[in-house]
Amino acid sequence: MSDTTRMTATAIAAAVRGGELSAREVASSALNLIAQHEGELHCFNVVTSEVALAQADAVDEKIARGEDPGPLAGVPIALKDNLCTRGVATTCSSKILEGWLPPYDATVVTRLIEAGAVSVGKSNLDEFAMGSSTENSAFGASKNPWDTSRVPGGSSGGSAAAVAAGFVPIALGSDTGGSIRQPAAFCGTVGMKPTYGLVSRYGLIAFASSLDQIGPFSTTVTDAALLLEAICGHDDRDSTSLRDTPTSFVGPLAEGIAGLRVGVITDFLSDADPLIVTAVRDAAGALASAGATVDEVAIPELMSGLAAYYLIAPAEASSNLSRYDGVRYGLRVDGPDVAKMNAETRAAGFGPEVKRRIMLGTYVLSAGYYDAYYAQAQRVRTMVANAFNRAYERFDVLLGPTTPSVAFQFGAKIDDPLAMYLSDLYTIPSNLAGHPAISVPFTLGEAGMPVGVQVFAPALGEQAMFRVAKAVEDAQQAGCRGPVELSAGASR
Amino acid sequence: MSEIVPGWELTVGLEVHCELQTKTKLFCSCANTFGSVANTNICPVCLGLPGSLPVLNEQAVEYAMRIGLALNCHVEPSIFHRKNYFYPDMPKDYQVSQYDEPINRDGSIELPSGTTVGIERAHLEEDTGKTSHMGGGGRIHDADYSLVDYNRAGVPLVEIVSRPEITSPEDARAYLNELRSILVATGASDGRMEEGSLRVDANVSVRRVGTTELGTRCEVKNMNSLRSLGRAIEYEAARQVELLEAGGRVVQETRHWNESTGSTSSLRSKEEAFDYRYFPEPDLVTIAPSSSWIEQVRGALPPMPGDRRRELTAAMAKSNPDLDASSYQDQIVTVVDLALDGLVVGAIAHGADGRLALARGANEAAARPDEARALSVEAFVELLGLETSGKISATQSKAVLTEMLDGHGAPSEIIKKLGYEGVDADALGVIVDAVIAANPNEWLRFVEGDERVAQFLLGQVMRETKGQANGKLVAEAFGVRKSR
Ligand SMILES: [Zn+2]
Repeated sequence: MSDTTRMTATAIAAAVRGGELSAREVASSALNLIAQHEGELHCFNVVTSEVALAQADAVDEKIARGEDPGPLAGVPIALKDNLCTRGVATTCSSKILEGWLPPYDATVVTRLIEAGAVSVGKSNLDEFAMGSSTENSAFGASKNPWDTSRVPGGSSGGSAAAVAAGFVPIALGSDTGGSIRQPAAFCGTVGMKPTYGLVSRYGLIAFASSLDQIGPFSTTVTDAALLLEAICGHDDRDSTSLRDTPTSFVGPLAEGIAGLRVGVITDFLSDADPLIVTAVRDAAGALASAGATVDEVAIPELMSGLAAYYLIAPAEASSNLSRYDGVRYGLRVDGPDVAKMNAETRAAGFGPEVKRRIMLGTYVLSAGYYDAYYAQAQRVRTMVANAFNRAYERFDVLLGPTTPSVAFQFGAKIDDPLAMYLSDLYTIPSNLAGHPAISVPFTLGEAGMPVGVQVFAPALGEQAMFRVAKAVEDAQQAGCRGPVELSAGASR
Repeated sequence: MSEIVPGWELTVGLEVHCELQTKTKLFCSCANTFGSVANTNICPVCLGLPGSLPVLNEQAVEYAMRIGLALNCHVEPSIFHRKNYFYPDMPKDYQVSQYDEPINRDGSIELPSGTTVGIERAHLEEDTGKTSHMGGGGRIHDADYSLVDYNRAGVPLVEIVSRPEITSPEDARAYLNELRSILVATGASDGRMEEGSLRVDANVSVRRVGTTELGTRCEVKNMNSLRSLGRAIEYEAARQVELLEAGGRVVQETRHWNESTGSTSSLRSKEEAFDYRYFPEPDLVTIAPSSSWIEQVRGALPPMPGDRRRELTAAMAKSNPDLDASSYQDQIVTVVDLALDGLVVGAIAHGADGRLALARGANEAAARPDEARALSVEAFVELLGLETSGKISATQSKAVLTEMLDGHGAPSEIIKKLGYEGVDADALGVIVDAVIAANPNEWLRFVEGDERVAQFLLGQVMRETKGQANGKLVAEAFGVRKSR
């Protein structure tokens, strides 16, 4: 049997659709690699081998019947474990949801199955997507396949690591403040956050509803565009889902970037690691060579985003997470009365970072503090969006680093929440504005770890964003992206 | 302003929760029905399962607009907020409700007495589930365990908040009664207090006559009827007056009305009140009904009770101009409350006597309003005509109406069946003449003014007609012949 684990999703789908590979072969290949290396990387909370083989067989049967098996026919995919999957445990990497079996599939899961994708497992995350390293997972951290002493980033660290390890060519994550793009940068993969409302949130277990978006991981920009095509589009079950949005992202990649105006955000270059600053400048140079007009732009308002985010996101989270009260599902720790049962359940079920954010969010919404914190943060949010939009009067896309540093060592920041929060400094503004952004591997930085460059676009500007991302990718240093070689000793 | 205790004034504001009779719940497609088997009308959305999202029911928005427009409110662009507090029958541990940007604002209700009460707002929100405490005394603290039914969770409610402009228990009852009639008229609610589809809380305060600042209020909950609303307000006002007269002060708190003891008791103080941490619901978008939609809803509203009372009063004035309107005002209120005004106004328009139509409507028909609303105006007019013309007596007319409400057919058929057919005027004349001819001595005495023989002669006619003759008509027939 051939090893398909280093193929792109585009190549697998073409081979499966063309009858050169069976979906079962591809799934088995992925499951074999996972079986060999999952123990050292811990990308998954659960590997769903049976589901994967059944879905693969369904694809093969469709092909045998002469039916269209879909654009992702036979492509293995990892699903972040905050996406509801019917009958498959969905935990958010929290003890409070351990053992809960959703009675329904998230809209993106339904669409993936229709597109022919094969789901191999539920990938690990920081508990309820709160964190930047997966160290907040109740079930243990995932490892960075480039260097297992380093974090894969987070919160979608399991998805990023699974793609970087070659377990799957594509994965889904969710991005509330950078939870797709930051781990993508840390693991040398592509990671993209769509425009708020482009992808349905139905079935995504909420962290901060006004910021959350589901998005793709992949090894190439083309695969990310292909995956986004499969999951985007209006959904009647999500009131914030947009109508009449673009549906084609792969085709426009061929248009190139001649004439596109690219602005390099200078505010993001002052505090980043020097090798990362160099990477951004080199990427800008490559874009200019490819025909884009490149200039610098200062958008100082973006630097206020982090503070606003850490008021708005916890406020929404404090409310979204109230329902985990031990009454209906998940963990219950009994108590002498209902209030005590609620309290005991939540005390035992939530980890320290989740508790910290619930407390913070509860505080900022409290009577007497709302205006000073929550309302003020919303004004800053509007200011950030306006500042972005002013820049987009002059530029089609913006360019900057994804993270201030490369992937850090386990334990380096876990006891210093503020240092951890700063990993999201350059990703948070897009969430506040509801705009799309993508991280593309560009080079290797400190300690030989991958460095991602981020391309920002205005609302529904995904097509230009992908085109520029492709041009960045075309100029990337060889060996800066996954999948990495997993030998007997994956640790280097 | 009325003084409930000499020297003191009462101020009441009412908050009324009204369940909308939409087909489905506010944010999901589960059936909105009362009385289903527990936890059968539920889904991931109304159970608040992780990952589920609300989608607003357009019919609920339209019903809320109907209510707002019927209460003379402005319909405005509005948003939902989350009201956060832990409660086991609330699946998400927050309630999705409207807060400072409600759909309906600034309306009013005119009571039958002519008093106007301002409406601050009428906003949309979702209902909670229902908890049953099992074992012990059925109260939360001594129960062995509790069961929760989520069928009601997510049922759409409109909360109608009055301004604190009600000044007597009577007006509070009249307000609630009028509001209920309006809600039923809009078609948005069935108005049933006993099934909990209409629930009322009262904010009660008192102040000394002559002062302008409102007193400290208490919120009284758990009144299940118009009567208990009046009793609870009376009790609570008296309690507050007694407290203040004794030099104490009223503590702002929520109080529970106990129907069997007829008193209120403290549920929780202001300090124990929840901090609801309201913030805009990020899973829903702004509701901004277009002006054409608003006008379409306004245009489709049927006449409201106030308009209908005015119409009925006008019909009465035309039909019975010599009657003092105040003498039948109560009957008009009853008839309109029970939606029997269509029948009564229709009957008057078809020539029925107004006083008689209104009396039958406010009494016999009002006793069985559902059946009475199904009567045809023609049948009602026929019945009233028979009574007016003396073909049947008042007692017989009421009996016939009862049979009509039982669905036993047209008045003429019922009269035949009951043997009330009477005797027509010509036939009666022949019989009267025959009786006079057969009893010349008695007739002479009658003509000379001996009233005692009148009864005898009437009895003879009745015997001849087997009791079918109308006594009044027989007396008239004798009278006519006497004066010849
Ligand atoms: Zn439901």
